[in-house]
Amino acid sequence: MARTFKGRPVIAGELPPTPAVVSRQGVNTLASFQKSALMHKKTVICSDQNNPDIYNKELTGKALCLPQTIGSTTGGMVLFTVCSLGIAPAAMLFAEPIDSLAAAGVILSEVWAKDHIIAVDTLGAEFLEYVQDGMQVSVGADGVVTVA
Amino acid sequence: MKLTPEEQAILEGQQGETMAKVMKTLVLYGDAFGAAEFVPVSGKGHLVTSFGLSVLQPVFDVMEELIAAGLKVEETFTVDPRPLDYENVPCSLLEKLIFSKMMYGAQQPYEAQLQKLGLKSDDSFSCTCYMEDLGNRPGKGDVLSWAESSAVVFANSVLGARCNRNSGIIELFGSLLGRVPEFDLLTDEGRKASWVVEIKTSKKPEAQLLGSAIGMKVMEAVPFIRGMEPYLGTELNDENESYLKDFGAATASNGAVGLYHIANLTPEAKELGESLLLPGAKVYVIDDAELQRVRKSYPNIWKKPDAQPKLCFIGCPHLSLAQLDAWEARFAEELRKQGKTKLALPTVFSAAPEVLEHFARENRTAYNRLFSYGIRLTSICPLMYMNNPLCSKKPVITNSNKLRTYTSARYFTDDEITRIAVKGGF
Repeated sequence: MARTFKGRPVIAGELPPTPAVVSRQGVNTLASFQKSALMHKKTVICSDQNNPDIYNKELTGKALCLPQTIGSTTGGMVLFTVCSLGIAPAAMLFAEPIDSLAAAGVILSEVWAKDHIIAVDTLGAEFLEYVQDGMQVSVGADGVVTVA
Repeated sequence: MKLTPEEQAILEGQQGETMAKVMKTLVLYGDAFGAAEFVPVSGKGHLVTSFGLSVLQPVFDVMEELIAAGLKVEETFTVDPRPLDYENVPCSLLEKLIFSKMMYGAQQPYEAQLQKLGLKSDDSFSCTCYMEDLGNRPGKGDVLSWAESSAVVFANSVLGARCNRNSGIIELFGSLLGRVPEFDLLTDEGRKASWVVEIKTSKKPEAQLLGSAIGMKVMEAVPFIRGMEPYLGTELNDENESYLKDFGAATASNGAVGLYHIANLTPEAKELGESLLLPGAKVYVIDDAELQRVRKSYPNIWKKPDAQPKLCFIGCPHLSLAQLDAWEARFAEELRKQGKTKLALPTVFSAAPEVLEHFARENRTAYNRLFSYGIRLTSICPLMYMNNPLCSKKPVITNSNKLRTYTSARYFTDDEITRIAVKGGF
């Protein structure tokens, strides 16, 4: 059964059904993306040893569901870089209000890159409890997220 | 955001297309956090991106566009540490090849870009720009456009400046514009604490372990910490500022803390006391068992988990003058205990160029002793060194919880690491 959650579109966009990758804990952007980016990989495999939820999972093109991002202030720049290189998640769906580093990343991508990362925040704790790895997630431009 | 006529004109392109994009980025950034307006920046800048990693070409393209548009930070800025130092940090030929050809091949052109955009000096590469020797120490109430999580949390908490946890590039844009959107840690309300942390340990907690525990628990929230008075006193000095530097770096890298208050010590806690607490603040009690639990949660991801260490890094964030002195004394004592004259494990201390110069100038005896123990002094970022895939396979130990978080390095306390480094193994 599909469920919908209403959030705030930070970077609005429409996402067709896309597999979810779910982190119940804050995602450390630098630790998650740096290894694949440094190795010039065509897809990002999460390299954050401290995040068992998404460690070793593919993030490129996925709907990354998370509470917020954490860690180094290179975070936004890293997101902008992976977006410019075409290896970013298709969407970042935040249960909580977006944090300053993730906001920087998706906004820099929107203004300065050719591609963008759809971002919806304040989806609520229930969203993160419901969504599971591999579920199909679609996003509307109004911030409505459907999980099936 | 409500813009002044001048800001609106910038957004509409009256200072050129590139400056309009800079403004648009900052307006969207402010809008995302409900900022009502911009406030002027009142200090020098500090950038997190110090490394010319070739994969960052999209960032270099942005920098080039800024330079081509004639933009420059008039107040100047400092930047995080350089990534490489072949002279002082152990490095094989193959590792050098990977560093120079595959990873940091864009270092020189990138540094040229930094200079064109307003880099303070050729020595202004350190994550501890707030140290007296570095000439970028803000005062209480200064509004900053900084990145580098450890520097932001120090400036907010220990110096009482005001700065959000800005990302790389955003911090440069704020410095170029000379103003930043006012939200979160720039406001009185945003600086209030939603967590109370009660310290009930039997001895002074290791700074990097305590910071890790608090960061993992409170994440991005502001903690108000009670119970540190027996260990840190009630007045800031070189010693407890060094402790708070390391503590804060761990809160910011193991979590996302941008500001903490320590009862009766940090400036706002002294001035405003418990009025800084938000109603319903959650409580986290830290005792010896809790620190032990946190410590045990750190995974050992060495390629061979039972290997002996091959390299030790101390100084992430960069060491202070007081710490260079303290580490010299610590190693002198351990060498005496173990009946040795030199460390058996290659050990690297990292500190800002100006701090190392000051140390060499004012405390020549201790400086020379460090060399006689076999310790190498550098100003690089150990994290950047460990990003080399060959280096990351080495069994490296560190007392830095930040380095542990981002690399395969294993964490040990100051006492443990001193014993291991002198002995050459576990």
